Amino acid sequence: MEKQHIGKHISHQFNEDIESIRNKVLVMGGLVEQQTIDAVEAVTQGNIELAEQVVQSDKTVNALEQEIDEDCLLIIAKRQPAAFDLRLLIGVSKTITDLERIGDQAARIAGMAFKLEESNRGASDYSELKHLSVLVRNILHDALDAFARLDIESSVEILTRDKEIDQEYVSVFRQLTLSMMEDNRNIKRALNIMIAIRSLERIGDHACNVCDYVIYAVKGEDVRHMEQDEIKRAVLGK
Amino acid sequence: MSTEPTRTHAIDMSAIAQPRVANTPAGKTSIDIQNLNLFYADKQALHNINMQIPEKQVTAYIGPSGCGKSTLLRCINRMNDLVDSARIEGNISIEGADIYRPGVDVAELRRHVGMVFQKPNPFPKSIYENVAYGLRIQGVNERRILDEAVEKSLRGAAIWDEVKDRLQDNALGLSGGQQQRLVIARAIAIEPSILLLDEPSSALDPISSLKIEELINELKETYTIVIVTHNMQQAARVSDFTAFMYMGDLIEFDETNTIFTNPAKKQTEDYITGRYG
Repeated sequence: MEKQHIGKHISHQFNEDIESIRNKVLVMGGLVEQQTIDAVEAVTQGNIELAEQVVQSDKTVNALEQEIDEDCLLIIAKRQPAAFDLRLLIGVSKTITDLERIGDQAARIAGMAFKLEESNRGASDYSELKHLSVLVRNILHDALDAFARLDIESSVEILTRDKEIDQEYVSVFRQLTLSMMEDNRNIKRALNIMIAIRSLERIGDHACNVCDYVIYAVKGEDVRHMEQDEIKRAVLGK
Repeated sequence: MSTEPTRTHAIDMSAIAQPRVANTPAGKTSIDIQNLNLFYADKQALHNINMQIPEKQVTAYIGPSGCGKSTLLRCINRMNDLVDSARIEGNISIEGADIYRPGVDVAELRRHVGMVFQKPNPFPKSIYENVAYGLRIQGVNERRILDEAVEKSLRGAAIWDEVKDRLQDNALGLSGGQQQRLVIARAIAIEPSILLLDEPSSALDPISSLKIEELINELKETYTIVIVTHNMQQAARVSDFTAFMYMGDLIEFDETNTIFTNPAKKQTEDYITGRYG
């Protein structure tokens, strides 16, 4: 489906309603992306103020989720959308659930900053988080971009990157296990980081779900439980 | 080495020109339309239509005004014979028999293929006589048989309870929705195998319209139904298969669930989502 296909309804109001929903999703996406970045920084830099901001903006994210769901409901009730329009609205409704959960995970990571502040941070900069957080930040950014452009090719490509995140997660996990075995004074710190990397890994999964919905909206193909090869064949015919 | 340039087509035009006919029913075909062309004088109204309409299922024709959906519907019981300038090529078979072959008894054909129109058209007679009319024409006059047939048909058309106490009242005194169901009762009284419905509820209020839809759902147990409708949501609700037509061409014919969620052709998508192409 070409991108310009989104508009072009005989009803201008319908075009505007759909465009407004898409814009709100992008605003929500931008918020959770920023939350993710800030949450990691709050932990690694010990920035309590930033952590506070992340927790606060979660309220805005939650409100947006409800608002967008209501918008989708009204369009379905009033216009009985079909085909691409219907798939897009269902995709949006699912996307915002995942975005909201990304917000929750970011808030959880930010919450770690408070805990670490209470205990003695020591000299640790929680560098184990850094590489994983970059991978996750990129995948989230690209997934939102694919949503904005309804780009199925990049969606398929992004889905292949979940593996990298999983590998990095396993590798950090192993490193932390070792550090706990070496010295039991590391246990508290390691457990905290484990919770944070778990949240980051989940954010990566949610970003991939968004790509699934983009593919569903554009192609009508439900790729949720498919293997990578199957997805490529089904979506790109490769 | 040859310097002759090779001609290659970047786009395979034949693939584009062909209508997409997919997931056609695995069940028995009731109406088989092959290479059907229809002309009104010099103007071609239907272009090479091919479709197999499944038995005891509801098939809906959708498309903008003038796309040929009613014309195609009328070909199935040869109503276009009544239009002097109409000329038909190709053929339509019902249960294997070509209905356009010479010597076909058109009255007999129409007994098998009943039709209901947009505007209810009961005869200015009693409710009873409206339903009994077809049987009387066939020479059935025995009261007991007629009584049974009238009740069965009125029940079949889901209007019995509303009219059973006033069967001798004039049919024109019924509401629009009741008249339409009466006309359906009249059509099924002679036990056809196929029912053609040409916008059967477009002149009715939403509640009467829903009653007709409910009726269609019950009737498909017994009859093959082909319905023309301008109401896309109605097509989506009542039909098993949907054909989208545009300017005399069959653009896409597929399961209704596919047509309304993921149609293969852009023209179909544009129409059902209310876009200009």
